[in-house]
Amino acid sequence: MGLLSKKDAALIKDPLADNNPITIQVLGICSALAITAELKAAIVMSISVLFVLGVGNVVISLMRNIIPSKIRIIVQLVVVAALVIIVDQVLKAFAYELSKTLSVFVGLIITNCIIMGRFEAFALGNGPWRSFLDGIGNAAGYGLILVLVGFFRELLGSGTLLGFKVLGDSIEKTGLYALGYENNGFMLLSPMALIVVGIIIWVQRSKNKALIED
Amino acid sequence: MGLKQNLHNLKEKYKGTKMAPAFNAIHTFLYLPNETTHGGTHIKAADDLKRTMNIVIMALVPCLIFGMFNAGYQHNAAINGFTEGMSFFSGDFWNMNNFLIGLTKILPLVIVSYGVGLLIEFIFAVIKGHEVEEGYLVTGMLVPLIVPVDLPLWMLAVAVAFGVVIGKEVFGGTGMNILNPALTIRAFLFFAYPTWMSGDKVWVHGAVEAAGTADAISGETILGSLAQSQPLSYSVSDMFFGFIPGSVGETSTLLILLGALFLIFTKIGSWRIMVSAVIGALVMGFIFNQVVALGWIGETSKFHGLMKLEFWKHLLIGGFAFGAVYMATDPVTASQTNKGKWIYGFLIGFISIMIRVFNPAYPEGVMLAILLMNVFAPTIDYYVVQGNVKRRLKRLKAKTA
Repeated sequence: MGLLSKKDAALIKDPLADNNPITIQVLGICSALAITAELKAAIVMSISVLFVLGVGNVVISLMRNIIPSKIRIIVQLVVVAALVIIVDQVLKAFAYELSKTLSVFVGLIITNCIIMGRFEAFALGNGPWRSFLDGIGNAAGYGLILVLVGFFRELLGSGTLLGFKVLGDSIEKTGLYALGYENNGFMLLSPMALIVVGIIIWVQRSKNKALIED
Repeated sequence: MGLKQNLHNLKEKYKGTKMAPAFNAIHTFLYLPNETTHGGTHIKAADDLKRTMNIVIMALVPCLIFGMFNAGYQHNAAINGFTEGMSFFSGDFWNMNNFLIGLTKILPLVIVSYGVGLLIEFIFAVIKGHEVEEGYLVTGMLVPLIVPVDLPLWMLAVAVAFGVVIGKEVFGGTGMNILNPALTIRAFLFFAYPTWMSGDKVWVHGAVEAAGTADAISGETILGSLAQSQPLSYSVSDMFFGFIPGSVGETSTLLILLGALFLIFTKIGSWRIMVSAVIGALVMGFIFNQVVALGWIGETSKFHGLMKLEFWKHLLIGGFAFGAVYMATDPVTASQTNKGKWIYGFLIGFISIMIRVFNPAYPEGVMLAILLMNVFAPTIDYYVVQGNVKRRLKRLKAKTA
């Protein structure tokens, strides 16, 4: 790695796999269940979190020496809230339909445990560059799982991907539907999202035995 | 020298060879092994898991055969008209024509259920390195009995794969599951493919294909029509004998009753759960009857049709009897303590009828009631045991004080 030192590269790579915020730390589950019925929503949510966590980590890191430790949670909340409002307004301005699908969950990025967790655990003790990498890495790890879950839920639940009818038309009975295939309505319900996340965790842990704790 | 002795002798011959596990699997299918427990264990029982499973399957076979005849009968009756007031051994029901229609529809369901389920059990046995467990034998028989006759086979295959993997294997296989696997499979089908699992088309063979044509036939279940406040169109004897549309094997309350007696007699099924489930259902049904009698619910209410049904008729329609006898008594997922079994069973009956009446979207509540109580069963046991501990502590204190 020319651009990043080995230690810095680990900041990005670890959260993608062996220290994934969703599958290993089991944080941010609520949004992973709520907005993954469509792939598009999952992608937009991932980008929003990427922005909030990347910028937020840098801001907190820059301020880390002047924040009184007694009120640090409030300062962190103010920073997240400000960033989330920016994301919310941008979405409302340029992707109104989508912001309606995401509804309350954009606002709820504020309470996303991953963000506060990274502020507390990393940005308060590290420089801006490393904090930025950490934020990007964790948000990417979160986004990866979201997109994976969204992919399977939309494909099996609605037979589409990003709105394209990849399996054929379910009403006109073309493509797979001509053979008698039908969409799995269970996939669109939140319990199935939990099961999909569970299966991802299962696959990951059986590939890497070191992750199994008991 | 009977067959039993022959098998015992053959076992000695095969001992130590590669054939041994395969032979033992067949050998213990019907007979006890002729050896007792070795070593320091002090608990000895004459029945192993395979025999337990086998007896449940025997209790299910009459329901399966009846289901085949009924599938054909319902199909023909929907086209040619019903026979009024049939006796149980009526030739209109027990004939080859009915049986063949049922056989060609239901045998594939049984084969797919066992094929997919045992394949997955086998894969997991190989991965985990243990012998193939018998747990799927009963599940595989239950599943075809609790689905509509026209269910597409690939859906059944997907559901069985889901139910066995997510419902059982992730928890550690037979004996470790929280939820009844057969009901997990049915719940998956119900939420994934609702158009094939509910409504007025799927319960009679041929109704889906005929829909919208001049030959359209109705395939509504009794619960379905009652939920729409239509009058009850079947006689009590029809409902008791099982000449009604419904899932494959659950219509005949008479045969289920015989199966229940068989299970109780062989001490495989818990009579406490069965009896308390029936009591729970009757109590809930009776409460609803009283609500109607007191005039709190008017004719216009959407609950009126089901609430006004005489409370004991709830036992005859829908899958309640089947669920209470064959599913609620699953020893793995039910409560283990005797007092816990009474509570567990009572709540199953109570909640089944409540869901049945209050939620027209889920016409049969017994599936959801049993799954719900499966989740609560360990909690019930915990408090029963704790209550016992507390009582004995008190007794101890009274003695020593």
